Amino acid sequence: MKKQIANWGNYPVMESNEESFAFHEQLNQLLDEEGDFIPRGNGRCYGDASLGQRTISTLKYDKILSFDPATGVFECQSGLTLDQILEVIVPRGWFLPVTPGTKFITVGGAVASDVHGKNHHIDGSFSNHILDMDVVLASKKVITCSTRMNEDLFEATCGGMGLTGLITRVRFQLKKIETSFIKQKQIKAGNLEELIRLFETYHQYTYSVAWIDCLKKGEQFGRSILMLGEHARLSDLHEKQRQDPLKLPKKKQINFPFNLPSWVLNAFTVKAFNYLFYVKNFKREINNVISYEPFFYPLDAILHWNRGYGKNGFVQYQFVLPLEAKPGLIEILNRISDKGLGSFLAVLKVFGKQESIISFPMEGYTLALDFPIKPGLLEFLDELDQVVLRYGGRLYMSKDARMKPETLQSGYPDLGKFKDIVRKYNPEAKIHSLQSDRLFLTPN
Amino acid sequence: MSTVLILGATSDIGMAIARKFASRKFDIQLAARKPEQLQPLQSDISIRFGRSCSIHAFDALNYGSHASFFNSLVPRPDITICVFGILDEEELAFDNWTIAERMINTNYTGAVSILNIAAKYYISQHDGTIIGISSVAGDRGRASKLIYASAKAAFTTYLAGLRNKCFREKVHVMTVQPGFVYSKMTENQPLPKPITSTPAEVADIIYKAYGKKKNIVYVKWFWRYIMLIIKNIPEFQFKKMKL
Repeated sequence: MKKQIANWGNYPVMESNEESFAFHEQLNQLLDEEGDFIPRGNGRCYGDASLGQRTISTLKYDKILSFDPATGVFECQSGLTLDQILEVIVPRGWFLPVTPGTKFITVGGAVASDVHGKNHHIDGSFSNHILDMDVVLASKKVITCSTRMNEDLFEATCGGMGLTGLITRVRFQLKKIETSFIKQKQIKAGNLEELIRLFETYHQYTYSVAWIDCLKKGEQFGRSILMLGEHARLSDLHEKQRQDPLKLPKKKQINFPFNLPSWVLNAFTVKAFNYLFYVKNFKREINNVISYEPFFYPLDAILHWNRGYGKNGFVQYQFVLPLEAKPGLIEILNRISDKGLGSFLAVLKVFGKQESIISFPMEGYTLALDFPIKPGLLEFLDELDQVVLRYGGRLYMSKDARMKPETLQSGYPDLGKFKDIVRKYNPEAKIHSLQSDRLFLTPN
Repeated sequence: MSTVLILGATSDIGMAIARKFASRKFDIQLAARKPEQLQPLQSDISIRFGRSCSIHAFDALNYGSHASFFNSLVPRPDITICVFGILDEEELAFDNWTIAERMINTNYTGAVSILNIAAKYYISQHDGTIIGISSVAGDRGRASKLIYASAKAAFTTYLAGLRNKCFREKVHVMTVQPGFVYSKMTENQPLPKPITSTPAEVADIIYKAYGKKKNIVYVKWFWRYIMLIIKNIPEFQFKKMKL
């Protein structure tokens, strides 16, 4: 059916013919048909990665195939979303090995973006926990791959934005938990220097992330809240929590019912928001035990929060810089603060080492910020790209809607190898997206 | 422990109904023409809800097999839900009797054949529920749904008659009249979002209506009134309309 589709940033929007399948046989029929396509999950990447003239949705291909509560090995079809997985595994004492800041993504999307979470410095990205998976090529051939089988396909599919083939089945290892609660520590940092020191001090924490007020200048430049967490042990819970230690959080969601007019977000309102966010933590340090839901998925509580940026949409800009490039981080934050283009929140996180050819994470600092689409924004982001590259960093394709092919090329040293593998498994380039066309990942 | 039989379990609505009833502690029997396609759903239901879930081969057009199919079910289901149905290109069906006949026989004849068998069993038990998924299309004949609508009209009428026949025997028959539903059947049609349901919504409404022992349920409720208006357009006017 022809319809207007967009990903989470509502930018860009395009008309696409969306088809779906619930059975392998139906997928084969779709692959027999004429027409290029791009696989698509829940549309929670931000930019143009899963957009194309024709999209094949995995959302109906969402069955759990096996789950062993003794070993935590979980196997499912690729259209299953993480929120549904949590409902099944948490009450039985297991958790996702890696989760991004939303649970409304499909497993296929988690692999195609090779998502990371607050525990990247300890546990790596999602692909590190995959035991094996099936990829269906445009030729209908099904190939099982892992780190030990068809390794090249595996490497180029993890983080490969769906360009090698359609991921249909994934088997991965879950993480054992004693309780569904998180023992949280929040620390206020007065400025960026202090924040980076705190990250170093608390690097042994499994989960860590900081929210930065990037509009503050002078002494308070980079003031922020560092959020640390560990899965709570049974002994960490108070009596009431202990009655049901593997409790699932209640589903309460507020819907953002319409697009906010774009003037609502301006330097003043963003400053006010950031101020409130910072001062709501009255004490310098907070220690408590909370449900996993607000710790991992604070924004999932507001359905369609992306509408807050207006109907023009927004882009999320996420880059990573090597650890030694701290001046680069300062330079970029300064430029954003000077420009006053406004971002609700900037999220800073330290990545650990990662070996992969096309996945985004590499050891260093990663910063993510939202920018509502406004005149002059794209030019400004091009300038930021130059700073990122100058310091040896790169951008995250899952967030991207606008980078230039040269930017990608400079940031990913193994890009040539990636393209070769894509060409091997997708030789006629029947699978391509708006993004892969823009970035010359597939021949135009 | 109650068991639900879903006839046409590979349809989008069938799968949604299976999950809904399993989530409410019903055991599930999935039946479809291609049972091998149902294995993932079977594991999904067992893992998610910890319910027993079995797979059965069932061909609506093979009437002769229906009795042995139903009698082989262990246990016999407490609720039989008839979901299967097909919608072919009406222009093709008008030209080609094979297509028209298959549409009539799947949507009507096959459904009558199996539900007669289920109903006889329930009457003998003085207990049981039959739920038939018909369509609002059956509420009035029109050019663009010539064969489909007439077959669904016949099915709706059959369910009403069956309800009347079974009532004194403590067997309940519920007619479900979905309007637009996002499903494989309608994937290539542009549907107006405000009056279109998802298969999960259809399943929720059916489950609730089952609990309340409703006779006829429209999905969603306003379709009752949309169809009331459509049914009341005078024929001399209706025949001139392009619908």
